[in-house]
Amino acid sequence: MVHAGSVADNCLVRNDWVCPLYVQTRSAQIVEALQQHVSILLVTLAVSVLLALPLAVLAHRTAWVRAFVLGASTVVYTIPSLAMFSLLLPVIGFNASTVVVALVLYSLTVLVRGLVSGLDAVPGEAVDAAVGMGYGRWRLLREVQLPLALPTAFAGLRIAAVSTVALTTIGFLFDSGGLGNLVNQGLTSNFRPEVLTATVLCVVLAVLVDLLLVGLRRWLTPWRRGVAA
Amino acid sequence: MSGVADYLLDPTTWTRDDGLLDRLVEHLGISALALLVAAVVAIPVGLWLGHVGRGGFVALNIGGIGRAVPTYALLVLLVLMPAPFGANVPSFTLALALFTVPPLLTNTWTGVREADPAAVDAGRGLGMSGWQLLRRVELPMAMPLLLSGLRLAAVQVVATTTVVGLVGGGALGRVIITGFASQDTRLVVAGAALVALLALATEAGFGAVERRASRRSRRGGGDAPEDPVPGGSTDEGAGTSAQGAAQAAR
Repeated sequence: MVHAGSVADNCLVRNDWVCPLYVQTRSAQIVEALQQHVSILLVTLAVSVLLALPLAVLAHRTAWVRAFVLGASTVVYTIPSLAMFSLLLPVIGFNASTVVVALVLYSLTVLVRGLVSGLDAVPGEAVDAAVGMGYGRWRLLREVQLPLALPTAFAGLRIAAVSTVALTTIGFLFDSGGLGNLVNQGLTSNFRPEVLTATVLCVVLAVLVDLLLVGLRRWLTPWRRGVAA
Repeated sequence: MSGVADYLLDPTTWTRDDGLLDRLVEHLGISALALLVAAVVAIPVGLWLGHVGRGGFVALNIGGIGRAVPTYALLVLLVLMPAPFGANVPSFTLALALFTVPPLLTNTWTGVREADPAAVDAGRGLGMSGWQLLRRVELPMAMPLLLSGLRLAAVQVVATTTVVGLVGGGALGRVIITGFASQDTRLVVAGAALVALLALATEAGFGAVERRASRRSRRGGGDAPEDPVPGGSTDEGAGTSAQGAAQAAR
């Protein structure tokens, strides 16, 4: 402020919900929080997809694995996120890994269920035809079953991704950073633009990720173009 | 870990002022209020939209919207709003109820839409009015899905009530937050274990109600003796689609 002594009147001072000046002056902080949020999401999704694939294939083939996986996933999904983070705290420690491990557990439940029901729904004729053409088990899985299971699996992946974005918000308690940090700072200092900006960014991020995944699914399943989602 | 057990097994932990018993009662109170508010709004709207066959896009996609909004952020927004909002029970109830509407609305709507068209036609043929059709045919047939929506909603609201502790409210989340503030992992874990058990108990309790209701309606009649369709076979179909919609809602 150039005019010393005069009280500035701007949206920061008025504590307006919508304040472009806030976004301008704190852009570095906002971008950092957003980056932390996105990296938690990417790590969570990568790890859960890698774990979900073998688990789902096993569950699809073996009855007891299926019963165990489906039962465990109901229990995991019922436990509230704050409780899950807290229960993992003494095991893993006060850092972002606690948050990521909990988020992976949640994502896994959705992903494995989606993949298993996708694999179950693969038409028997397609499998028979591939077997008749001499496909081995591995090739059958890779070239017939997994591609045909993709649309259902993606429904699970979208749910997992969107929930992860939202659930990451309370990760700030465990020092994981992310947009929840801004919401928390806004709460403790009664600073409205910080809270609203972070909330909107969270929702926008979730919507963008969802759209990206829809695009990815269309790109990966060209034979389904023109079929309604 | 033994510290956690000692803490939870000490009777004074529960009975003293602001002890676990008080927190548990707060938790159940806020959850029940939010569930009630959500049910009073979502079930009639879902029944009516399903009956007239409209609002499908909203009813089926509202769950996605609910998932994308972080509970904590919405709570903080309401807490920082001017009166009558703020860190008070009406704000908490409103925030939690908003997250509880989607599973109720989706399942109620789907339940009514999936009522056997032959039964609905038969009811219409018997000269039933729209209201009678809804009450005597569509509602009983929507019941299995509606109850599973209620279970999902109850589990969801018990879970989200935990977050109320993060914005200065009470309930069991407060125990966890107090543990954080005093760097007492024992408290954090004890609070978390209680919350987890409460959520699992809610799932089990509402699940038992659901199974009892489906057994009773299978045994015949139930409370809809005018139901033009014999009880048995249709319930099976509705039961399996209830599973499907329940998963979709998650």
